[in-house]
Amino acid sequence: MDKMGIVFALLGAVLGALMAGVGSARGVGLAGEAAAGVVTEDPGKFGKVLVLQLLPGTQGIYGLLVAFITLSQIGILGGSAEISLAKGLLYFLACLPIAIVGYGSALGQARAAVASIGLVAKQPEQFGKAMIFPAMVETYAILALLVSILSIFGIGAINI
Amino acid sequence: MSDMQYAYAVARIRAKELSLLNAQALEQLLAAKTEKECLSMLQSRGWGGAKNEDGAEQMLEEERKKTWELLKELLKDLSAFTVFLLPNDYHNLKAAIKAVYSDSKPERIFADGGTVDPGTILRAFREHDYSLLPEPMRAPAREAFETLLHTGDGQLCDFILDRASLLAVYRAGEASENELIRKYAELTVAAADIKIAVRACATGKPVQVILRALAPCGSIHVKELAQAAAQNQEKIYEYLRSTEYADAEEPLRESLSAFERWCDNRIMRAVRPQKYNPLTIGPLAAYLIARENEIRAVRMILSGKRNHLPEQSVRERLRETYV
Repeated sequence: MDKMGIVFALLGAVLGALMAGVGSARGVGLAGEAAAGVVTEDPGKFGKVLVLQLLPGTQGIYGLLVAFITLSQIGILGGSAEISLAKGLLYFLACLPIAIVGYGSALGQARAAVASIGLVAKQPEQFGKAMIFPAMVETYAILALLVSILSIFGIGAINI
Repeated sequence: MSDMQYAYAVARIRAKELSLLNAQALEQLLAAKTEKECLSMLQSRGWGGAKNEDGAEQMLEEERKKTWELLKELLKDLSAFTVFLLPNDYHNLKAAIKAVYSDSKPERIFADGGTVDPGTILRAFREHDYSLLPEPMRAPAREAFETLLHTGDGQLCDFILDRASLLAVYRAGEASENELIRKYAELTVAAADIKIAVRACATGKPVQVILRALAPCGSIHVKELAQAAAQNQEKIYEYLRSTEYADAEEPLRESLSAFERWCDNRIMRAVRPQKYNPLTIGPLAAYLIARENEIRAVRMILSGKRNHLPEQSVRERLRETYV
């Protein structure tokens, strides 16, 4: 059972990258469809809709970042990979915020991005405002990223 | 198709909405001195085909075709839009019955864009093989044709098919997963019922005849409406006051054309929130309704110019626009 610590820790890292990545992939895909629709009718709006399409992609990067830090902390990228079960579970829990919030916020942001792409299609001069709506969703992904990163660094210092 | 899969289609429609005629554009058309000037203004907005010498009707037909081609491209499968196509089928049924009955050559009598090929409809009546038609059309088609054969009454035949058309629209609406399409079907059938009741009242039809003409729908109790229509117009208004169509009284008192305008405006108000819907099939249905409304408005303006009607008289007939 002692060996299970590293398993849980790795599972947390993988989930962080996996769920946030899947959320971002779906989100960017959805926004990309909407962006392609606008560009079909008006290729001149490519630059504006591309920016909006990319917004739901950040959660995938956050997931990758959390996974990378976790892998370094638990010694999989080098050093000793010996960690207790309790510590492994803590790492697992620490990765959950970005895994779950990352997935959900990417999809929510995608919907907002699609709506904003529609706004830009009709009123391109409102691009600045259109950017703000999906960007607001980013706040929650950043909060989850902070909690995950602070927890992962904090767990390293705990001696259990 | 899940709602998420309409993202591309809705975004294209959003861009297309920019070219819809708004109230200001209609005013500009109204201000034109002649029909020719109107046509040239429309051509400059991309209306009509490649040939600039198109007449008014060809131009409007071309615009309708463009709308359906776009929707076909975006949806591939138009089954979700059956509610908009069914009236064409029933129009074609009427046309085919009359062509077969009078043994005349069917030329330019069929409407495009139904769910059944007009040739198949014609064959079904010629060969008396109703199995060629979709199941819900068979019984009314047979009944209408036999009624025409036995009575020679074309109006009665139309009567049967008009009711069948309304029932089909209502059922298609009910079967739809989209709220807007359901609401559209409901309003279409309810408006048709009210019109039938008002006309029947004016011509003094008995309650049984009115009941046979009315199509049931969720917002109208047909029995009560028929009973009211069999008495007098005031009773119809009294009944309407107990429904969600209470504000139809004023336009009805004015004229049937004012009531039709009220119906179209009501549908347009129901459709308008789709401008802010980023996904689902709703904005596509809304665009189709908006285009039909726009084509109708342009037809009114062109006809007004052709017949030298005063601007104000045409303006009064125009419906609210989507954009």
